[in-house]
Amino acid sequence: MLYINCPHCGMRSQNEFSYGGDASVKRPELNKEVSDQEWDNFVYNRKSLRGKHLELWQHISGCRQWIKVERDTATHEIFRTFKADEEVA
Amino acid sequence: MTQAFRIENEGLINRDKKLSFKFNGKTYFGYEGDTLASALLANGVHLVGRSFKYHRPRGFFGAGVDEPYAVVQLYRNGETEPNIKATEQELFEGLEAKSVNCWPSVNFDIGAINNFLKIFLPAGFYYKTFMWPKSFWYRIYEPFIRKAAGLGVASTKHDNERYEHKYEYCDLLIAGSGPSGLAGAYAAAKNGAKVILAEDKPRFGGSLLTSDVNIGNQSGKDWADSIVAELKTMPNVVVKNRSQIFGYYDHNMLVMSEKVSDHLPSTKKYHPNKRLWYIRAKEVLISSGSIERPIVFGNNDTPGVMLSSAAKEYLKVYGVLVGRKPLVFTNNDSGYETAIEFKKHGVDPVVLDSRKNPESEIIDEAKNLGINIKNSYVVVAAQGYKKVKSADIASISEDKKQLGKIENIQCDCICVSGFWTPTIHLASQSGNKTKFKEEIDAFVPGQSKQNEITLGAANGVFSLEETLKTSFTAGSKLSKKITENDNEIAIPNVVEKKSSQHDKFWCVPLPKGKNYKRFLDFQNDVAVSDVEIALREGYRSIEHVKRYTTLGMATDQGKTSNLNGLQLVSEIENKVVPAVGHTTFRPPYTPISIGAIVGREVGKHSKPTRKSPMHSWHEKNNAVFVDAGVWLRPRYYKRGNENLFEGSKREAKNVRTNVGVCDVTTLGKIDIKGPDAAELLNRVYTNAWLKLPVSKARYGVMLREDGIVMDDGTTTRISENHYHMTTTTAQAANVLSHLEYYLQLVWPELNVNVVSTTEQWAGAAIAGPKSRDLLQKLFPNSDVSNEGLPFMGYMEGDLFGVKARIFRISFSGELAYEVNVESDYGNFMWEKIMEVGEEFKIQPYGTEALSTLRIEMGHVAGSELDGRTIPYDNALEGLVSKKKDFIGKRSLQRSAFTAEDRQRIVGVVPLDKQTSIPEGSHLVKDDKASLPNPKLGHISASCWSVEYDNPFSLAILKDGKNMIGQKLFAMSPLKNKVIPVEIVSSHYVDPKGERVRS
Ligand SMILES: [Zn+2]
Repeated sequence: MLYINCPHCGMRSQNEFSYGGDASVKRPELNKEVSDQEWDNFVYNRKSLRGKHLELWQHISGCRQWIKVERDTATHEIFRTFKADEEVA
Repeated sequence: MTQAFRIENEGLINRDKKLSFKFNGKTYFGYEGDTLASALLANGVHLVGRSFKYHRPRGFFGAGVDEPYAVVQLYRNGETEPNIKATEQELFEGLEAKSVNCWPSVNFDIGAINNFLKIFLPAGFYYKTFMWPKSFWYRIYEPFIRKAAGLGVASTKHDNERYEHKYEYCDLLIAGSGPSGLAGAYAAAKNGAKVILAEDKPRFGGSLLTSDVNIGNQSGKDWADSIVAELKTMPNVVVKNRSQIFGYYDHNMLVMSEKVSDHLPSTKKYHPNKRLWYIRAKEVLISSGSIERPIVFGNNDTPGVMLSSAAKEYLKVYGVLVGRKPLVFTNNDSGYETAIEFKKHGVDPVVLDSRKNPESEIIDEAKNLGINIKNSYVVVAAQGYKKVKSADIASISEDKKQLGKIENIQCDCICVSGFWTPTIHLASQSGNKTKFKEEIDAFVPGQSKQNEITLGAANGVFSLEETLKTSFTAGSKLSKKITENDNEIAIPNVVEKKSSQHDKFWCVPLPKGKNYKRFLDFQNDVAVSDVEIALREGYRSIEHVKRYTTLGMATDQGKTSNLNGLQLVSEIENKVVPAVGHTTFRPPYTPISIGAIVGREVGKHSKPTRKSPMHSWHEKNNAVFVDAGVWLRPRYYKRGNENLFEGSKREAKNVRTNVGVCDVTTLGKIDIKGPDAAELLNRVYTNAWLKLPVSKARYGVMLREDGIVMDDGTTTRISENHYHMTTTTAQAANVLSHLEYYLQLVWPELNVNVVSTTEQWAGAAIAGPKSRDLLQKLFPNSDVSNEGLPFMGYMEGDLFGVKARIFRISFSGELAYEVNVESDYGNFMWEKIMEVGEEFKIQPYGTEALSTLRIEMGHVAGSELDGRTIPYDNALEGLVSKKKDFIGKRSLQRSAFTAEDRQRIVGVVPLDKQTSIPEGSHLVKDDKASLPNPKLGHISASCWSVEYDNPFSLAILKDGKNMIGQKLFAMSPLKNKVIPVEIVSSHYVDPKGERVRS
């Protein structure tokens, strides 16, 4: 079970969180023309990377904040965590 | 019965407490502190089971967790448990156990005929033999294998024991209480670190319990006792025996199973049977020791052949002699320790040492005691069937290839030591890249991946002095990192006689003309010849060899067989062992009972049960409840002998003719506040929300980004910047997360807050033609006329002094209202509604009537919004705005979603107007078509229409728009039904929706 540092609450066990997928996906703006390809990329196409991955988790049984977690998908190592509005450098 | 093999003045058992127990129906005696194994051996019982494949007689091989043979079925306090190691099971008064894997009895076992047919049962025999003819599998082979291959029987009864889970955090977790574990724990504890010390056995001390060493001016055992006693007094230390750390998971979380009650005749009141600890440790110190390795020779599975360390443990801990004429066969100094213990207790052992000229203090001691030692000698084969009677021995050449003349010597046990294998399971599970250590012929931990360090024998260090030094240092260093204390520990002097050199020799060659079975895996009956066959047949990867031969796949997970298997493959393949590699260690280290893993989450406790504030009223009024997610909801209120069908029909009918009340507390409720609330709703719902006036409700549908309907419900504008959203019971949590996702990540600029208020409001739906009359009496000061409170209107009212929210919304298709009050007043509200409603013939109705009412109205619910349908499919396209954008809109342009013959909701009526159509039935054109019959659609929900008094169903049907009036068949292979049906509009009752507006 992973041990995740919620930027709002501190170190908490994985079972307090729910997974939200790739954090680098940007939703196309509302009311903007979007090609089929762009839309498919947004809704369906994911890279399923091996290695360092920025992903979303929601601290569902805690502060209910969505957070960003930089995790290695192969080793589960967590490098950094960010608040939803924090820029990831 | 006397304990013929028990000796005086030795062992740690309590001779003041005699215990009686039964094995295979016969009564024996032992002492408190015995294991079942030691007590049986004290009584001279060596035959405890039959092997898995050949049903050869099996005795005891070890004295602990590594035991491959002595697996028994245990009976305790009216319960039974399989797969119990007799070497681990502590004796208690009244214990009963039976052998497994033998029939009709352990002494005469029919399956042993396999032994004489063993030429037919080589490696891969299951794969080869039972493949043909195919039709034999179910009738003949499988039942045969199942009967023959049992390792005990699982109880089919409910388990009355209680199991607990516990979560714990610590600075240092220490696995194992041998010298390294104790030293590490002591040093860390002295630095003030929070320490958990776990020992799987009942007694602390590990190898110190049996080895003849001195630490400081104490014996090893006394030193261990004093350290443990001191640790137990320290508030920052938790010391646990009977506690096996069996799994090392991500981010330094380890799981430990504590046997709280297994050593007692029955579990004490309020105690669990086992306790599972989830431990998050900052640092882990693995001091799990090592397991003695066998040397492979002919018939090495005969009862009486056992590890030399086990023989020593039975003697030193339990005061039990495993034989009176022992033969010790060793390739290192450990065998001498055992021999010396025998000699000290008046038994003359013979030692065969494969080494030519070994030298050490302990060998000198053995010689001085007059022990008969034969160098460059080996055991070729054990003789005897149910018990060792003698041994064929021979001298062996320096290159270990040539045997001298075979001699036979009398003996009643053979104690084997092929050196030591570090227990690296936990380190390996942590992700540590293990490495092969040439001088000990075994793998040891290498590069750490997590915060773990392995010490002592588990790390391949067999010198006590070095073990203590490195462990004290590691304990100090790791704890200093955390507590910043630096208390110095004086490292005591150590006296140890044995050296840690060994002979690289693990398998005795076969003498000419003999083909003795030489076993590698004792539990799964895998012999040297089986591995040879697997390699000859082309298996190369050690993982494949393992699966083909089943080497190391038994319940002992190859604790005694892994390395010898690898040695064999490396020798045949002419590769070094590390190039062969070893199979992956996975948790659990040793079998863990399912009860402990499940913990208290059984039956009703497997999920939370949520009850509405009116629950007790429902109970008192004969509600029959149904699980709706985690909620308990009344399904119908039983009157007399009514069944579900009759009761729900009565309730639904009463709604259509008079008035009914339904508990709708379970609906998800979300409070939405902020100046941008309307904008949020406009983006998440498919329809327009910007112009909804205050005190008005609107029905809305929300989609996922892929265009599939996620949920529906009504949202009401309470005031300018305040909305009250309702969701379906099932989707309440998902919808809240969905809103939070968009507000926090996608549109953080929106000034809106959302919070769940599901539990804050109790809800009652009042439905039926007389509902307004009732409402007027409930709220005499409010104008609830059609003008005062029109369809989709909202007002606040005073319910006999309680503030209430009144929504004019309808799920039943009748004139209907929903009244909400704060949860604490839920029961009050409900009772008032029933009391005032009496004159209007009010009846409560449950979920079954609720379903009936919505189905015949064609209102969609969870069975249509099933994660596969878009708005059009549910005839909701009228709610999809063409002007504005919203979540999921772009997906609705996908060609499959706009196809001319797209699936759509329809109504379905059986032609005979009698036969109810099972939900899930397929709609097909031709009921006689060959299978698979092309499916046109499926029945999503069925009811008995109270309006028309005949069955009615909803279906999602391909090209549903153009199918009205068609005749099809509803087929349910599950219920074995074929029903001719007609397709009708889904709006079966009041298609124009006049009633709700009346
Ligand atoms: Zn948090």
